[in-house]
Parts: sequence; C-alpha cells; structure tokens
Amino acid sequence: MKILVCISSVPDTTTKINFTPDNKSLLTQGVQFIINPYDEIALTRALELTEKEGGKVTVITVGDHSTEPVIRKALAVGANDAIRVDAVPRDAFFTASQIAKAATENNYDLILCGHESIDYNGARIPSMVAEMLRIPSVTICKKLTIEGKVLTAEREIEGGKEVVECPLPAVVSASEGMAAPRIPNMRGIMSARTKPLAVTQAVDVPKLSEVIGYDKPQPRSTVQLIPADQPEKLIELLHTQARVI
Amino acid sequence: MSVLVYVEHSEGKIKKSSFEATTYGKDLSVMLNLPCVAVAIGNISAEELKLLGAYGASKVVHCNSPELSSFSAQSYAGAVASVAAEEKAKVVLLSASFSVKGMAPRVAVKLQAGFADGVISMADVSSGFKVRKGAFSGKAFANISMYSDIKVITISPNSYKILKGEGSAEVVINSYKPGAEENKVKVKETIRATDKISLPEAEIVVSAGRGMKGPENWGMIEDLAASLGAALACSKPVADAGWRPHSEHVGQTGVTISPNLYIAIGISGAIQHLAGVSSSKTIVVINKDPEAPFFKAADFGIVGDALEIVPKLTDAVKRFKAAH
Ligand SMILES: Cc1cc2nc3c(=O)[nH]c(=O)nc-3n(C[C@H](O)[C@H](O)[C@H](O)COP(=O)(O)OP(=O)(O)OC[C@H]3O[C@@H](n4cnc5c(N)ncnc54)[C@H](O)[C@@H]3O)c2cc1C
Repeated sequence: MKILVCISSVPDTTTKINFTPDNKSLLTQGVQFIINPYDEIALTRALELTEKEGGKVTVITVGDHSTEPVIRKALAVGANDAIRVDAVPRDAFFTASQIAKAATENNYDLILCGHESIDYNGARIPSMVAEMLRIPSVTICKKLTIEGKVLTAEREIEGGKEVVECPLPAVVSASEGMAAPRIPNMRGIMSARTKPLAVTQAVDVPKLSEVIGYDKPQPRSTVQLIPADQPEKLIELLHTQARVI
Repeated sequence: MSVLVYVEHSEGKIKKSSFEATTYGKDLSVMLNLPCVAVAIGNISAEELKLLGAYGASKVVHCNSPELSSFSAQSYAGAVASVAAEEKAKVVLLSASFSVKGMAPRVAVKLQAGFADGVISMADVSSGFKVRKGAFSGKAFANISMYSDIKVITISPNSYKILKGEGSAEVVINSYKPGAEENKVKVKETIRATDKISLPEAEIVVSAGRGMKGPENWGMIEDLAASLGAALACSKPVADAGWRPHSEHVGQTGVTISPNLYIAIGISGAIQHLAGVSSSKTIVVINKDPEAPFFKAADFGIVGDALEIVPKLTDAVKRFKAAH
C-alpha cells in the first residue's frame, strides 16, 4: 500500500503571533515551527497501517527551504521518503493543485491529511485534493482501518458520529484520536538525514484569493469579578450588560 | 445571476445555522442587487423548505433524487455546483458544519471559484470582494481578498444575526443525479445523541474542566446547562480521562466554538484550550484560583469553589427564567 501524507509546517501552539509591518505575513523570527499536530496524527496512522499491511509512506509539503526541518522530523518519525514542492503557498487552491499533481504522478492508494492546519484553520486541502483527483474523501475522522481495498472510518458529525466505508483510492483527514503521535528515536533521527527528499517545481495556477492583511483581536476589557455569594448578580449582568440571556 | 445558499437539515428540520446562512445570503444579495436562492438536498418536505422565504430566499431548489438521500461530500458537492451553474450563482454560501467542511472545498474546485472558510462577518463589497476570518487558532484575524468571478464562502456558526420576516419561498424540484463514481462513500452506522444540543451551533455553552474533581460531579454541570438551554463542553484532560466523551472536548485539538456565551468552570485557561473558545462573544470563568490564566480572557468571573457556586448559579438562572 502506498500512502501519501500531507504535512505543513506551522508555528508552535504556544508561540506569540506577530506580523510584518505591512501585516501581510507572519513574523517568523524567534518562532518555533512544528509539524501541524493533526498532520502528525495522520502520519502516525499511516505508519501503523503500513507496518501492519506492508507498504510505503511518502510525505509531501508545499513550502520553501525553511520547511525542511519539519520534513526531516517526519522522516525521523518513520516516513520512507519526502517531496517538497518548492513554493510559498499562496492559497489553498494553489497548495491543493501541487499535491494533486504529485498524487497523479505516483498513484497512491491513500492520501492522509490532518483535518486542518492550526495556522490558517481552513480544513480545505483534503477535500480540494480529492476533488481535483475525482476520488472520494472522508473528513474529520477519529478512526481509520483498511481491509484489502476498502477503508472504514469513523467521522464526526454534529452531535454524534458516523461509520462509513469507501473503496480506495481515497482521501482521509485525521482529527484527534486517530493515533497517538510518536516521538522519533535516535536511529530514526540518524536515518532521516539520508532518506530521499525530492524537491520539485510548482505548477502555475491562477490566483483566486489572497490574505491582504492580518490583525489581532482586541483584548477583552478587564474581567468584572462578581462575589461568589451573589450568583444572581452575574445573571443580571449577562442579561442587561452582555445581553446574552 | 444569484446568491446561492446551501441549506442543511437534520431529521426533516432546517438547521438554525442554515437560517443564519440564508439571512446572510439575503443581506449580501441586496448589496449585490441579485436574488437570493436556496438549495437543499435529500429528504425534507416542501412545507419546511417554504419557511426559508421568511429569511429572504425567493426560491428554494430541492434536489431530491434517491441517490442523494444520505450525505456524501462528493455527490452533494456535485449537486450544489450543478444548481450553482443553473442559477448562475456569483456567490455560494454555506454554514461551516462538519459535513460542509468536507464538501464546500469541492464545490469551489468544481466551479473554479475562490474559497474562503469560516467567515465571521458580512463581506465587504464596496471595492472588490473582501471577507474576514479567524486564523492562528484564535490568535489573529485574516482579511482576504477574493478575485475569482464566482466565490464560495462558508460562514462560522453564530457569527450573523438571524432575521425572520414574512413570506414563503417557491420550491422547485431539481432532478440532479450523481454518477456512481461520485457516490462511493457508504454510511454504515450513525450514532447520534438526538436529545443533545449540537455543540458547534449552540448559542450558550457550559464547559467544565479538571477542577470538577471527577465525573460524579457532572450532574450539577448538566443541571446548569439544562437551565440555560446550553450545550455541554469540557477540557481535553477531562475527555482523555474518560469523564466525558471526546465529542465535548473543545480547544485546539477539539471542537472550535463561537457561542454568544461560554461559561468555563474549573478550567485553567491553557492556550490550547483558549484556541477553541476565544471567539466566544461573552466568557464567564468560575475558578477557585484568582491567578488562573482564564480570568485574563474572561468578561465576567467568580473566584471560588465551583462545587458550591454552580448549584447556586443554577438556582439563580431558574429564578431569572421564571421571572422573565
Ligand atoms: C498539543 C496540545 C494540544 C492541546 N489541546 C487541547 C485542547 O484542544 N483543549 C484543551 O482543553 N486542552 C488542550 N491541551 C491541554 C492544555 O494544555 C491544558 O493542559 C488543559 O486545557 C487543562 O485542562 P483543565 O483546565 O481542565 O485542567 P487544569 O489545568 O488542571 O486546571 C484545572 C483548573 O481548575 C481549577 N480548580 C480546581 N478545583 C476547583 C474548584 N473546586 N472550583 C473551581 N475551580 C477549581 C484550578 O484552579 C485550575 O485552574 C493541549 C495540550 C497540548 C500540548
């Protein structure tokens, strides 16, 4: 079984976010980049599946040279090889087009992605890639098993869950619970240095949208404390001041 | 030309988030000087669909072929894209539910449209077409300019005020049938707690953390939620410990919510927790530690023992509800 795992390099959760003076991009100085946590879950599940069934795991990222540490980390965790499409992602359509192109060239049985990235929070790539390849997709999955050429997944729906079945090839997006991320060991870290990493050129696609500026939320005004023995005071404020009840 | 709104339903009833999307669609269509058309898929009555007229839809297109009776991202996206082409939609609007998140990007690819997801306010159409959404897990907002002729937008639940007027929409049947290759995902089992209020759409959420000490103390949390008509949520360690189901876990690795009111009880306010809740309009924190980081992100706070405060708060809510 050949699995492609899409990974993105994102700022560590605990980092403070700041932007360049024109507010158009993230100020990357001093920011620690990590594998997007959901992509890490997807990668781990891909490794578990190929360890059981046999096969190969390739990771792909669309990004410039600065994303290589994150690719090496994925290789250290256990991916067999990697593809880096050398371009700064512009919008989801651009990124998905690059991944779809690589997928067409290599015929994967399964494309696994994290369900969203914690920087842009879009959840767009998996479904766009699936649509470009005209194959089925199951998104926001907490469980994934494969039996022959058919996958079974448990996906989240409002107020519950749904168990679905679908033939391969397909795209699946992973959410919390599909697998517990692994920490690379010394051997993995050593071997990651020599695993193949192909750098490819991006295909050109039209620009459909772009971020024209970021800004930060207004800080909330300081908290109004209510004495513990006056809960009715809180209710009154929620009614008259916040107008939420 | 038109503004097309995708309408979701559950057990034959239109979802509240779809009334919200229809109101948004109507207000946008007025600015663009276009009619607002809705599209619904699957088993739902014409009577129910007519209700959309009161929210501003002039017409509802109903795709009701038997092949579309259960959700599949691929076939539903095909139906919406096909209706969008017939109605010459300039903008396709959807409310960002779990299912829509897997379907809207497909609609965008089919229509070669620019795509923006989780939009939190009305589009700015004064020059070009601009929308605003959350980014970096609640730590920033992104302003996006869309250049394509057709735009596909999902709106974040609870971000636009529903406005109900008068009127009834005309319902027309559309016979779109997905091809076999578009209908490969088969639903084997649906497990739904129907009595529960859906967390991503809830207007009020009562959430509790490790400060509750153990699952045996959740009765009072459920009582408070019931008194407010709120959905239940929890922090990650609570779900990890099996005190509550993972579907209630909110935060960076759980569900992201933006209710009008979020009440956090015995939750410290770690950055990963805030990532999922910080866009709530009003935040109330109950914590025995006055130094808990959550107070910095809160509008109202009570310092004290939750086990004592919560039952009293529930009584106060009940008295308030009885009086109003
Ligand atoms: C990659 C990553 C992702 C994560 N994702 C998430 C996520 O999605 N969601 C999430 O919630 N967490 C997430 N976490 C975990 C997060 O960092 C915190 O550990 C977690 O949110 C803490 O949960 P808590 O507030 O319930 O517990 P604690 O941090 O233990 O806090 C308990 C709070 O209860 C208070 N308390 C104790 N007793 C009482 C009482 N009797 N009355 C009132 N208050 C009391 C205490 O003062 C304390 O503030 C993530 C962590 C990592 C590293």
